[in-house]
Amino acid sequence: MDLTFNAQERAFEQEVRDFLAANLTPELKRATALTPSVFSDPDIGMAWQRALHRKGWGAPGWPVDHGGPDWTPAQRWIFEAECARAGVPNVNVMGVKMVGPVIIGFGSPEQKNFYLPRILSGEDYWCQGYSEPGSGSDLSSLKTRAVRDGDDYIINGTKIWTTHAHHANRMFALVRTNESERQQDGISFILIDMKTPGITTRPILTIGGDHEVNQVFFDDVRVPVANRVGEEGKGWTYGKYLLEFERGSGIASAKLRDALKTIADLAGSDVTGRAIDDPDIALRMSEVEVDIDALEMTELRVLSALQTGQNPGAVSSLIKLRVSEIRQAVTRLGVDVIGNDGLAVEPARPFYRLNHEPAVSEELLPVVPEYLNGRAYTIFGGSSEIQRDIIAKMVLGL
Amino acid sequence: MDLTLSDEQRLLRESVDRFVTETFTAEHRKRSANEPLGFSPAIWKQFAGLGWLALPIGEAHGGLGGGAIEIGILMEAFGRGLVTEPYLSTVVIGAALVGACGTGAQKQAILPDVAEGALTLAFAHSERAARFDLGHVETTATRSADGWRLNGNKTAVLDGAAAKQIIVSARIVNANGASGKLCLFLVPADAPGLRVRDYARLGGGRGCNLDLNDVALPADALLGDGSDALPAIEAVVDRAMAALGAEAVGIMQTLLDTTLEYTRIRKQFGRPLSANQVIRHRLADMAMQVDEGRSMALRAALMADAEPVARSRAASGAKAKIGKCARFVAEQSVQLHGAMGVTEELDIGSYFKRLLAFETLFGGSAHHYRRHAALSGRLQA
Repeated sequence: MDLTFNAQERAFEQEVRDFLAANLTPELKRATALTPSVFSDPDIGMAWQRALHRKGWGAPGWPVDHGGPDWTPAQRWIFEAECARAGVPNVNVMGVKMVGPVIIGFGSPEQKNFYLPRILSGEDYWCQGYSEPGSGSDLSSLKTRAVRDGDDYIINGTKIWTTHAHHANRMFALVRTNESERQQDGISFILIDMKTPGITTRPILTIGGDHEVNQVFFDDVRVPVANRVGEEGKGWTYGKYLLEFERGSGIASAKLRDALKTIADLAGSDVTGRAIDDPDIALRMSEVEVDIDALEMTELRVLSALQTGQNPGAVSSLIKLRVSEIRQAVTRLGVDVIGNDGLAVEPARPFYRLNHEPAVSEELLPVVPEYLNGRAYTIFGGSSEIQRDIIAKMVLGL
Repeated sequence: MDLTLSDEQRLLRESVDRFVTETFTAEHRKRSANEPLGFSPAIWKQFAGLGWLALPIGEAHGGLGGGAIEIGILMEAFGRGLVTEPYLSTVVIGAALVGACGTGAQKQAILPDVAEGALTLAFAHSERAARFDLGHVETTATRSADGWRLNGNKTAVLDGAAAKQIIVSARIVNANGASGKLCLFLVPADAPGLRVRDYARLGGGRGCNLDLNDVALPADALLGDGSDALPAIEAVVDRAMAALGAEAVGIMQTLLDTTLEYTRIRKQFGRPLSANQVIRHRLADMAMQVDEGRSMALRAALMADAEPVARSRAASGAKAKIGKCARFVAEQSVQLHGAMGVTEELDIGSYFKRLLAFETLFGGSAHHYRRHAALSGRLQA
């Protein structure tokens, strides 16, 4: 057992660092640091996606045939860790990490040829049509209907919490194509052009004051049957595959460490009147750091298992829960570190392109919105309560 | 980067798992509670035969040159069986201190005997006024015509009454009367002036307090060359905390498994306890904390030979975090067993008490978060 990387891996680490030094501009870094929502805005996020694509690193998890870099698990770890440390933009994952793997796994050759290169290059910008007003944690109760009409489906219904629907030109959605006894049956996975007539988008502001999510309405929206991925009625299987894919590729500890460092730097600076001199803040910082250490070790255990061809097993299902809780602990600590300056609300967005002098030092602006928006971490992607249900069932066999 | 066990490590785990399952049954625990030494000397001999006592000792002294990972494998299994044999005192701490500080002659005199199971050791360091500060020692060592005289009081000496040699820390009194370096001394169990106040230890085994009243020692009782022993003590205690962390993981896993089983069988309101979501979520949280504990114990072991600040941060982080997880898992195990959990009739009480002892040893979570913060430059030490 050892925690060190071999010479080849070290060389790769250097390659990643060189790439970051050459491509991660101060503008991109600043924009990322000053963005209090989950994902960077498309101009920032896609600028980074294009840089990655030019290097051949646009889709680390994809097979080589479709443009993946053929990395070992250790290389992926190194890449993610270096990117997090450097503060790269948070590219919207809906394309590369979400719909991409489903198209690769279940799409037709035509769909693969058309969509995959456009995801890699950043030409297409995707959003996810899963949740509905009546279907949150109980996702498979979804009611948006797609009725067959010749070579088209006619879609009616509504999707909600749709991240970046106001930026996206495409949506992948779960829609009901059949009423069946099991609510998981009769769901299909469909790709929708957001410019199709009948689609309207309503912005929803999250409590941090950011416009990241939306509600999307479908009124008699015609989508070609050819846009369905895989078989009719098998959408739930594909959707679950996507979630598993997402879970297996998670390397979150490096990002959390970077977020904690940001807060620690603020706490050690005069901007916060040296909040770190408060022993309570210092101790909580250690407590959160130790939690990140534990998470990192768990992630490394998963990585090591993957690397030796073993199934990491149940461990990976514990990770989502801890990641979201630790993220919230970091943002909560941030609020306490900046103290009174958290009272100043800056409604304008983005923070990196304000037309006026903000009331407080700009690096403080995202702290409270990050905490507020961050309450969603334990809710989206399967709430913590759902995660505990899954652990009880899948890990403990209850 | 590889966190999988080597073939040797896998074999070690299989052998210790089997041995612990077969030997350390609930029946055995009842019997060994009446052992005067707190453990079975016959089993200690078996440990020697299996090579476990020689495991971390250097090859030059009859050992196998194993590391913190191997110790962790043993300790996790020991935790599952609530083993009371003095492995931590003798091998993880005692032999390591001799190995780190001892002269060539001292190592030769002690380490092969430890490896063969002929000698058990104890470490007398803690003092009441020190709380958990490893550098705070009031026991004194004064030079005499033919050696040393030790005076002071020690607390929480694990397995002290069983040890033939006790390693005692003391501050040298300089010629001008000022206190000098922190040093270690080998004190034979039968030294005149040494009073051993033995007690049954919370969670199993024995412990004692020591009174040293003008204990006269020969010159060569000083362990090593007289240089300050604090760095070595810190390194060894960091390793001991990693080992205890692994033991705690074994205990927590057993509590989780036992509680899971109980909630499946126990029926109330016409259905098993485990059918209730509130119970299922509690168990999920327990499982998560056992897993976090596992990661931290492994991390502390992997960092046991790192440079001192990184090593100590990892050890304190592990002690603090595992302590917190242990408290949660232990208390919830009792809670989910209902009233039966608060009785001596079930085994879980023994595991609960051993975890409580774990939390206290070498300082609790609050102490170690403070040490972590101080080592990180966030807090004045």
